[in-house]
Amino acid sequence: MIDFVHVVGMVFIGGGVAFDLFGCLGLVRLPDVYNRLQAATKCVTLGTCSVLLGTCLIVGPSGGGWRALLCILFVVLTAPVSAHAIARGAHRAGIRLWEGSVSDAYSEDRDALNAKQQARNDNAPATPQTETRT
Amino acid sequence: MRTLSWVLGAVILVAVVCWLAVYPPPLDLGPEAHYAAFVTSAFYILLLAGVLCLFRVLRGPTSADRLVALDIFGVLIVGCCALFAMGTGQSWYIDIGITWALMSFIGALALAKYLEGRPLDD
Repeated sequence: MIDFVHVVGMVFIGGGVAFDLFGCLGLVRLPDVYNRLQAATKCVTLGTCSVLLGTCLIVGPSGGGWRALLCILFVVLTAPVSAHAIARGAHRAGIRLWEGSVSDAYSEDRDALNAKQQARNDNAPATPQTETRT
Repeated sequence: MRTLSWVLGAVILVAVVCWLAVYPPPLDLGPEAHYAAFVTSAFYILLLAGVLCLFRVLRGPTSADRLVALDIFGVLIVGCCALFAMGTGQSWYIDIGITWALMSFIGALALAKYLEGRPLDD
């Protein structure tokens, strides 16, 4: 006997598995580290959260269901942070973007910040001299 | 060395596929046996996604590609643990999933910091 909650849970699990498969297909097909990270992380995080939500609906409000909700919380908290850390590390390690990319905002920000710090370091020896004169 | 790694990966993949063909996963043992075929097919689709991740780990031109693929593979294993927990009716598989999510998070952070070129205690 299949009731309504089981059908909703199976729909969630089927959609989540499809998201996982297409995310991993993007991991194989896309041309760049950053494109692959962008496709795979978002798709696979949503797909796994959907699978866990379907598991929670089918198992019911017992120990396994609540632990599935806790696992959803952990996956949602940890996956974007690790993806951001990997992207930052790859950019700082000097891995180049794909040649068809049109924008690199992080390197522009870093260049602007380095120019500002350079200007501050150039102005820095002037101020203690005026203080010592007074 | 590269040829050796390819041969080793191919041997491991063939061994896993043969093991799954001879001993299928025991997903139809629980009292809710009417969706056992659905859970089994979902598990095989997740296994195909994991094979795609392993292809990226083997083929990746830079080390960041391999790191991304390993991170994604950890999240896929969490989904596999949820499917096992639902199919067998034993809820301790979800504990394995929670632990795997936290451990792969810590490992990915440490490897990203190592990739960035800073020491690990910075």
